Amino acid sequence: MFVINCPYCGEREQSEFKAGGEAHIVRPKQPTELSDDQWAEYLFMRKNIKGIQFERWVHTHGCRKWFNVVRDTSNDVITAVYKMGEKPPTK
Amino acid sequence: MKKKLRVKTSKFIDETYKISFRFNGKTYYGYKGDTLASALLANDVHLVGRSFKYHRPRGIMTAGSEEPNAIVQLHKNTSRTEPNVRATEIEIYEGLEASSQNCWPSVNFDIGGINNFLSPLLPAGFYYKTFMWPASFWEKYEYFIRKSAGLGKSPTEPDPDIYEHKYIHCDVLVVGAGISGIMAAKTAAKNGFKTLLVDEKPYLGGSTIYQNSEQFKINNQISSSWLEKEINEIKKIKNLEIKIRTSVAAYHGYNFLLARENLTDHIPLEQRNNKTRHRLLKIRAKKVITATGSLERPLIFDNNDRPGILLSSAIERYANLYGVACGEKNVLFTNNDSAYETAISLYQKGINIEAIIDNREETDSKLIKETEKNNIKVYKGYTVVDTYGYKRINKVSIMQLSKDGQKTIGSKISISCDCLGISGGWTPAVHLFTQSGGKLKFRNEDHVFIPNIYSSDQISIGSCNGDFTLDEISSTVPKTLKEFLNLKKIDYEDLEIKSSFNKSKRNIWLLPSDKIIGKTKPFVDYQNDATAKDIKLALREGFRSIEHVKRYTTTGMGTDQGKLGNMHALGIISETAGSKMGELGTTTFRPPYTPLTFGTIVGRNVGEYFDVFRKTPIHGWHVENKAEFENVGQWKRAWYYPKNGENMHDAVQRESKAARDSAGILDASTLGKIDIQGTDASEFLNRVYTNAWSKLAIGKCRYGLMLNEDGMVYDDGVTTRLDENHYIMTTTTGGAATVLGKLEDYLQTEWPELDVYLTSVTDHYATVSVCGPNSKKIVSQVIPDLDFSDENFPHMSFKNAKIGSIKCRVMRISFTGEHSYEINIQANFGKSVWEKCMEAGKEFNITPYGTETMHLLRAEKGFIIVGQDTDATMTPIDLQMDWIVSKKKYDFIGKRSLYRSDTIREDRKQLVGLLTENPDEVLEEGAQIVADIKKSPVEMLGHVTSSYYSPNLKKSIALGVVRGGKNMMGQKLIIPMENKQINVTVADPVFFDKENKRLNA
Repeated sequence: MFVINCPYCGEREQSEFKAGGEAHIVRPKQPTELSDDQWAEYLFMRKNIKGIQFERWVHTHGCRKWFNVVRDTSNDVITAVYKMGEKPPTK
Repeated sequence: MKKKLRVKTSKFIDETYKISFRFNGKTYYGYKGDTLASALLANDVHLVGRSFKYHRPRGIMTAGSEEPNAIVQLHKNTSRTEPNVRATEIEIYEGLEASSQNCWPSVNFDIGGINNFLSPLLPAGFYYKTFMWPASFWEKYEYFIRKSAGLGKSPTEPDPDIYEHKYIHCDVLVVGAGISGIMAAKTAAKNGFKTLLVDEKPYLGGSTIYQNSEQFKINNQISSSWLEKEINEIKKIKNLEIKIRTSVAAYHGYNFLLARENLTDHIPLEQRNNKTRHRLLKIRAKKVITATGSLERPLIFDNNDRPGILLSSAIERYANLYGVACGEKNVLFTNNDSAYETAISLYQKGINIEAIIDNREETDSKLIKETEKNNIKVYKGYTVVDTYGYKRINKVSIMQLSKDGQKTIGSKISISCDCLGISGGWTPAVHLFTQSGGKLKFRNEDHVFIPNIYSSDQISIGSCNGDFTLDEISSTVPKTLKEFLNLKKIDYEDLEIKSSFNKSKRNIWLLPSDKIIGKTKPFVDYQNDATAKDIKLALREGFRSIEHVKRYTTTGMGTDQGKLGNMHALGIISETAGSKMGELGTTTFRPPYTPLTFGTIVGRNVGEYFDVFRKTPIHGWHVENKAEFENVGQWKRAWYYPKNGENMHDAVQRESKAARDSAGILDASTLGKIDIQGTDASEFLNRVYTNAWSKLAIGKCRYGLMLNEDGMVYDDGVTTRLDENHYIMTTTTGGAATVLGKLEDYLQTEWPELDVYLTSVTDHYATVSVCGPNSKKIVSQVIPDLDFSDENFPHMSFKNAKIGSIKCRVMRISFTGEHSYEINIQANFGKSVWEKCMEAGKEFNITPYGTETMHLLRAEKGFIIVGQDTDATMTPIDLQMDWIVSKKKYDFIGKRSLYRSDTIREDRKQLVGLLTENPDEVLEEGAQIVADIKKSPVEMLGHVTSSYYSPNLKKSIALGVVRGGKNMMGQKLIIPMENKQINVTVADPVFFDKENKRLNA
């Protein structure tokens, strides 16, 4: 069980949070103009990386805020935490 | 003649405190401080159990948590009886009662012992190979296999003990209170770190605490005396917490560790009442120092498992710590210097040693010289080839080893004995380190795996890091601590050490024998009876991965998890397969290090705390009025109210009839309520519901359907516009939390530009729903100031009102199809409003109804229940609810998915009504629906989702999902049941009052 540094509350146990899958998948602004394949790409396709992954988390049992986490899925080491709307770290 | 096995008094044993206990029905005596194992040994009891597969007699092998053989059943009573307790760990107390496991009728005469003679027929993988064919026979085999499998008996009655969980946060956690752990804890604590020191034993000091020899000195004091002073000092340090009898079970990422603190297992049963038995410590440490020590390895030779064969270090511990001699004629067999430490200890205590067999030829350490000085015969370059004695060893035969160590030469020498100590060197206890994600490396010089790459802020010190001897510890531990804790100077930097230990070792994984291997039984895993022969067989049969060999031979799969034999298994595999140990790796070490009781894992979450439930403010009334309850999400909801011994069916029929004939009342407080405010609230609703919301007038209510982005129905409920920028949304009872979570997700991540605020108010309001033709008469008595005329207060609208001086919200909405009102009031007034309605409704026979009647009434109207009539594969179109999907709106959650190639298929499962041919026949929910029963295989078209007998229609009604059902109106289908077929007709899902006349009746 790891510790997540919530950008609003600080370090908390993982059990206070819920994972929300891959980050930076933007909902299309005009879904009606997409083909089935394009829509399916948004709707279903997700990466499943062994290594550095950008993911969304929500502090369910805390401030209820969503934010982004950069986590190495092979060892759970979190290298960055940043708010929604902020640019992901480049390194 | 009775042997005298208690030797010179040990300071760890209180000989003035005699304790009686029972083992296998016989009474014995021991002293305070004894473990069950030491007390049995003092009574000359070695035979304590039978092995798992061959039922061979087995004795106590070790003096710690690594014990594979001496596992016993504790207590007789059916609630406290506990299997697989290690006799080497349990401290005796007055009245302790233990018995052997895996033997019948008794440990001395065990019928299963015949397996020992059948062993040529029971090789590795025997069960896999034998019971595979014919497959249909498996059920017959299974009965016998299950009967003979398993160790011990589990309790059959609830556990009377109390368990609890505790969180601990500390700067430094030190695991293991041996010499290295003590040094670490003192250093950390004295330098201001909030420190926790834990050890699984009931005392501190590890094995150094009884190292009473002139051969091992620290600062010119005997090592045990030096350590004792250190221990006395650390007990006084304020920011150091010390927990004994505390075993770390698991080491997870981010320095999160689980430990079991044992609080009452060492005191008499009658003193345990109302005390916590075990405490699961959930430790989050900034830094972890692992000082878990090392485990002595056995040696692998023919018949190395007889009672009376122990690890040499265990014999030393029993003599020094417990003052117990394991035998009167002791023989030691070793490949390193450790056995000589034992020899010197035994000599000092006056315990006789017949001989030492050392497989090294040239050895010249001080310890050996010291031993030989005491006239103890040492056979150098020899190996034990066999042992004798069925229930207790009585003789060993030894032979000289060839130069390469692969063969025996010369003739056999027999030495009679009653105890054999074996020492195959030491294995660092790296279990916790690897659990945490650490990577090991293999050290070729002494054949050990040691920590290499750490995964978190932690360090291993002492013998668990491969630094076994006093001089190694003094040269590495202080330096490591200084670096790890980032300190300038620490104590211990200039310890003066005298250590006579010589590190030389002659490692032979499988010792040679004069017999061919097929005729020998060299045990590698004692508990599971896996021999070197089995491992070689597995390799011959083509197994290569150690994980596969482990599972095929069951090596390391017992309750001891192969703490003793795993290294030999690896060694034999690597030798036989010709691969390098370092490349072979180890099997995975998984938590827990030692078994945990279920009680420890569960803690206080038992009985009423197993799964907490939520109660509405009106719950007390339901209980008083004898409601039966059903679980909905976390809620307890009134299910039905049986009267005069009614069964559920009768109660529901009565309630359903009353609600339509006159008046019914329902506690709807559990429905999720979300308060929505903000200038963009209408726009927000437009985006999350399928229908349009902008034009909803203030004071009006609207039913909404919410989809997932994949177009599937997610939730539904009525939302009311309270004001220009203020709505209150209701959700399904079970969906409240996830709906709020989903809405927050969209608001925060996709539409942060919207000015909308969501607040859960589910618990803030109680909701009383009154329905039926007389509902208006009832609520207007409860709220006399409100104009209930249809003109002022039409269906699907809301009014602010007051009951006395208390504000409430009244909605005229209906889930039953009847004229009905929902009164929402501050939760603590809920029960009083309910009672007021009951009072006012007396003359109309107002009838409280529960969820079952609610379900029946809505089914008569064809209203869906999300989660019962839908699963995550139903679109609104599938539900025949096209009317609620806005064609005009540009976008809403799930809109695009409604015309994906898959969602527009005509043959999707669609919701329909089902009417049985026989109107009295009620279908079973979940029953399959087919068209052609003769077709093979029978094609399943769908299933029944809701089914009731309607007292208002006087016939059976059902809803179901049927492939292409929309176009099957009037068609006949079949519901095949176990012993009959039921004919049904596809119908309109709205069965009752299709014109909705009753809403305004």
